[in-house]
Amino acid sequence: MSIFSKHLPAIHVEHYKYTAESPTEKMPVPDKVYISMVQHIGAPCQPKVEVGDLVKVGQVIGDTDAFVSAPIHSSVSGKVTAIDKSLTMSGVWDLIVTITTDKKQEVLEGLAPPQIDDKDSFIKAVRASGLVGLGGAAFPTHIKFNPKNLDEVDSFIINGAECEPYLTADYRTMMENSELLINGLKNTLKYLKIKRGIIGIESNKAPAINKLRAMVKDNPEIEVMELRSVYPQGGERVLIYETTGREIPIGKLPADIGAIVSNISSVVALQNFIETGMPLVSKKVTVSGNAIRIPKNVEAPIGTPISQLITFCGGYKRTPKKIIMGGPMMGAAVYDDGMTVNKNTSGILTFDEELATLPKETPCISCGRCIKACPMLLMPTLLAKAYDAKDVEQLQKLNVNLCMECGCCSYVCPAKKQLAFTNKLGKRLVMEGGKK
Amino acid sequence: MGRYNQGTLIVSSSPHIVDNVTTTRIMLDVLIALIPAFIMSGVIFGSRAILLTVTCVAACVLFEAGFQYITKKDSTITDLSAVVTGVLLGFNLPSSLPFWMAVVGSFVAIVVVKQIFGGIGQNFANPAITARVVLLVSFATPMTTWPLPSNLLGTTDAVTGATPLGILNMGTDLSSLPSNMDLFLGFVGGSLGETSAIALLIGGIYLLWRKVIEPWIPLAFIGTVFIFALLAGQDPIFHICAGGVMLGAFFMATDYTTSPHLTTGKIVFGIGCGLMTMIIRLYGSYPEGVSFAILLMNILTPQIDMLFRRKTYGGVKI
Repeated sequence: MSIFSKHLPAIHVEHYKYTAESPTEKMPVPDKVYISMVQHIGAPCQPKVEVGDLVKVGQVIGDTDAFVSAPIHSSVSGKVTAIDKSLTMSGVWDLIVTITTDKKQEVLEGLAPPQIDDKDSFIKAVRASGLVGLGGAAFPTHIKFNPKNLDEVDSFIINGAECEPYLTADYRTMMENSELLINGLKNTLKYLKIKRGIIGIESNKAPAINKLRAMVKDNPEIEVMELRSVYPQGGERVLIYETTGREIPIGKLPADIGAIVSNISSVVALQNFIETGMPLVSKKVTVSGNAIRIPKNVEAPIGTPISQLITFCGGYKRTPKKIIMGGPMMGAAVYDDGMTVNKNTSGILTFDEELATLPKETPCISCGRCIKACPMLLMPTLLAKAYDAKDVEQLQKLNVNLCMECGCCSYVCPAKKQLAFTNKLGKRLVMEGGKK
Repeated sequence: MGRYNQGTLIVSSSPHIVDNVTTTRIMLDVLIALIPAFIMSGVIFGSRAILLTVTCVAACVLFEAGFQYITKKDSTITDLSAVVTGVLLGFNLPSSLPFWMAVVGSFVAIVVVKQIFGGIGQNFANPAITARVVLLVSFATPMTTWPLPSNLLGTTDAVTGATPLGILNMGTDLSSLPSNMDLFLGFVGGSLGETSAIALLIGGIYLLWRKVIEPWIPLAFIGTVFIFALLAGQDPIFHICAGGVMLGAFFMATDYTTSPHLTTGKIVFGIGCGLMTMIIRLYGSYPEGVSFAILLMNILTPQIDMLFRRKTYGGVKI
């Protein structure tokens, strides 16, 4: 980083937080939900129900014995009407459980708060809650919370940065579920025996900062930290650096430098499970963009098709040309609006033709803006040249794998080069050993 | 699953929004920053200065369009980079230079230095600087015949004389050196766009404010000239205002493609430019060394970039 700054490089992006002051609305249960058996990084789940089975809210419908996994629960009550292979978000074919809802939303009998009295039972509860990283990465939370060197972890950092433009679901969660958040944090610190809890929030969410600060004023172990309103403050490595000043050596994990990072929504969902026994079955999602009639924050059952959320938000105002799941900087463009809300869905953005069409690429003028913008201190323009030459050795030397695909380089490029995309391809090339 | 809008939605990789800065906008900013010096060149040297710059711009644009037409490449005329090169080349010429020589210079800048190496972003040296050096060694006499400032009403620029640096170089009659105020305003002999330090400074500050350039190269360049002059027992203000230092430091040495990427490299580059300039001025046979200094440092840029790499997050030097 620059010798003049104790911050990592970052960029200024427009916030477009149109829905910041819109309280979350719970949407009606859709006629059908389609729950993918791929809801996390790791092993896909196997369906634990069969076609024809009646299911209730909170019932396990998918699980696996594989270590890197989390169970999947039904978000509705109704009848399983299909289990078939379908193309998922990530472009792979996988099992999807279709449940036709009875609209009664009957909760599974015997759903009760879990018995927690030590670390092991806590971790067990985390897994049972079905929690995965809700910020987007979808890494199973029970693994993240239980690293080999847990005794060396001294900081539990909650990511409340919400640095992606448009998205306000985390902000609404902080405002609407602050009790659950603080209690969830206290429980996590207690059972994982971590000394310090940090909630990092960007300065553009002052009401949340003030509210949470007031709530933890008698808890010296918890600190609500104001972060600069720049992108990408919520990147795991960036957040750790900005809150603790620590850098994760290449090839190491946050726990190796004594930190565990979790998303706001994950902690809230965990505490909800601890208090009620209700696992993760719904998700707060920001529906926004310039093609939607009424931008809203919506709480939707997992498995709800995007099209249903769109209808709930008044439908399309203009013909959508791009639909993004997640934020505009890192979210994925989907090819149809039948895709469903998953555990890690944080936003659905609809762009009209004008917003959806990116400007044409022109030649690189070596202005160095991408180099100045890279939070990981990489050299995106050189990486792009190495990729064009299919030079695997150079890609590795330039540490392409450190790229977190935050998109800062592409955003600032005056030549409109898709540098982040090139890095994605570069990583793939390195993985394949340059066989192409 | 319900399939809506399938086939009509754009699917592309993130990010889905981009900044509104473009190459054209950057070049436009450079042109805006050059306006004060352009006006001053007309005020100081008369209409011929304006005409010569316009000739260079027209020739540069035509050469670029022509080359790209002949080689069947996409035209990059609209990015305005050829216009910038034309203005900078014009600014580096004496206002009395025959027009056809300016056209030759434009050919060297656009075709030989820029397009043959692959067009914008691919040239190893600054096109305008290289063209100026080529003209200087090819047409030594017309390139060193300096019209003196015309009076504000007159359009004749027949009177020629030595530049301030020329006077210093000959070392004969130092009493005829202009005042620092004349130098700062630009009412002295020299290349038509380089004499007015104040006009170039205004343009430079505009570029800094627009974040088109970073301050490191100009600061290191001008600072080195200042300190070198001080150590050599000469007037530092004279040296930073005379000749092409201001034009070179803000507009030529900061060329993206031919200067280092990182801050440390930029500082080293700027210091190198300053040192070379002063060594040529004080110990070389040429009175002025800015063009040679920048050209030399352009060529060293890849080596500087290699030497002053940075560590990535997580501590690996790349």
